[in-house]
Amino acid sequence: MERYIYLILLPLGGAFIIAALNAAVKSRDTRNITADILANLITLATAGIALTSFGINGSYSVGGWPVPLGINLAADGFSILMLATVNTIAFCATLYSINYMDQYTSKRHYYSLFLLMLTGMNGVLLSGDLFNLFVFIEIASISSYALVGFGTEAEELEASFKYMVMGGIASTFILLAVTILYSSFGVLNMANISQAISVSSQTPLLKFSLFLFIAAFSIKAAIIPFHAWLPDAHPAAPAPVSAMLSGVLIKTLGIYTMIRIIMNIFAADVSILAPLGIISIMIGVLLALGQTDMKRLFAYHSVSQIGYIILGISLGTPLGILGALFHLVNHSIFKSLLFLNSGAVAYRLGTRELNDMGGLNKVMPITGGTSFIASLSIAGMPPFNGFFSKLIIILACVQAGRPGFALWAVAGSILTLSSFMKVQKFAFFGKLAEKHKQIKEAPLMMSISVVILAVLCIATSLLVLPKVKNIVLQPAVDAVLAGAEYAKIIR
Amino acid sequence: MIYTACIALFVVGLYGICCKKNLIKIVLGFIIMDYAVNLFIILIGYRKNGIAPILDKTMDVNKFALNSVDPMPQAIVLTAIVIGLAVTALMVAVCVRIYERYGTFDITKIRKLKG
Repeated sequence: MERYIYLILLPLGGAFIIAALNAAVKSRDTRNITADILANLITLATAGIALTSFGINGSYSVGGWPVPLGINLAADGFSILMLATVNTIAFCATLYSINYMDQYTSKRHYYSLFLLMLTGMNGVLLSGDLFNLFVFIEIASISSYALVGFGTEAEELEASFKYMVMGGIASTFILLAVTILYSSFGVLNMANISQAISVSSQTPLLKFSLFLFIAAFSIKAAIIPFHAWLPDAHPAAPAPVSAMLSGVLIKTLGIYTMIRIIMNIFAADVSILAPLGIISIMIGVLLALGQTDMKRLFAYHSVSQIGYIILGISLGTPLGILGALFHLVNHSIFKSLLFLNSGAVAYRLGTRELNDMGGLNKVMPITGGTSFIASLSIAGMPPFNGFFSKLIIILACVQAGRPGFALWAVAGSILTLSSFMKVQKFAFFGKLAEKHKQIKEAPLMMSISVVILAVLCIATSLLVLPKVKNIVLQPAVDAVLAGAEYAKIIR
Repeated sequence: MIYTACIALFVVGLYGICCKKNLIKIVLGFIIMDYAVNLFIILIGYRKNGIAPILDKTMDVNKFALNSVDPMPQAIVLTAIVIGLAVTALMVAVCVRIYERYGTFDITKIRKLKG
């Protein structure tokens, strides 16, 4: 169980060491290379720890203080699945940053903020204490606000401010809700609160705090009525950060926390989320269709795909949750791949406008090929991973007696396909413009990173095989379905 | 009564964020909202005529538990204040950079992003 503490300690320590490199290393180039190597080693180590942790449940009391006096870390199937996803994507993003971040002036500040964001996310996934959860959410959020505005151009700052205000309101709601729970029960430990709620009556105060939690996490997850910040913030960030934000941050801070609190702590009815899911799917994809900025289009698709996850969760059946969690893993892989590809295109062409591209397959075959795989995955084409998870969600809708929902999900999937056909046609197929003839393939590290993700796009479709599913996905589904049984993990 | 004041403060802050057109006023609205929550946290642990939550050897434990204020909200509020400080500092820094780029604090004029 001690292994999980390193998922928080390694990136946290690394962040401060990299920030302090200034004092130790004089030359600017050596400093950048040291930062590169350190950050990549740390993310490689955390990815290694997370990927070998399947099946190791349990809890760990920080500082040796027993629950409920001290803070504890708790890992069950769901958090382990999320940890594996987050740390794998983080490794690919740092690998990609080695070449990509050369365009920016301050590489080590970037790595420092990036590792802090990773610390926050790992902390959120492991925390077994509500206030600690809030603190880690804030660590991840504050570093992501700074990373969105990292380029300090006009648009980036504007997006960062917008994100900061929305995120700040959400965080205040979370803090208020946590304190309301504390005032009701006098404990902050998630397991103890869960036990206390299961025996207490549903007072208006409890309902109010549940409402605050849902509102706050909907803002963090960018579900449709609260999505306004996402299409600005995600395109404004540097490409590897967009990949992290769209790929894992909204899921960790939004979806994971929402599921944990609604299903494991309050054990409340989740069907209220279904309309939000449907609206997100449809409006997200319709808004995406009209975009010509590549990254903005991808950002709207994040809103739409989050809708699928919420829809699957809201069914509350084992199959629905299986589909939702599977789609969560898949979406983080192909959406980060798409953002990294758009970054590679922007790195070579200097533009994200689809109308200025065309025929890039001829000069950037790796980027073109991997983005083709990712596009087919997100549009739900077999044999890629997106097909299986969407199929499971649609089947779950029918099985739960909601064929109407299934119809909306299929419609959303068709519109997604059409919008990605637009991306492929404008950017990678068609005629190559004369001025783009000299363009070269993206640098080595960027190519390696996107190839890893493209292989994962195909490899994760193996998760539907019963043998693999029972190791990776099933414990997560069981953990979510266990409801208030979650409390038993604390010893 | 004082809880009502706390909620009023929260709503004032939310109003500032939603309705004001100046970036600095939005930041101030955020700070007010943050402080309303901090005040709320402190009020949870408050006890009229309570004693400091330090257990002396001469005190009786049961009597102590009845009279002392709750120390937990105080620990929480310290952390919350520090986090609030970090967010506010970052917000103000971004405001300064936005002023350098756009030459204004008026959000109706800072509109490069749309769609």
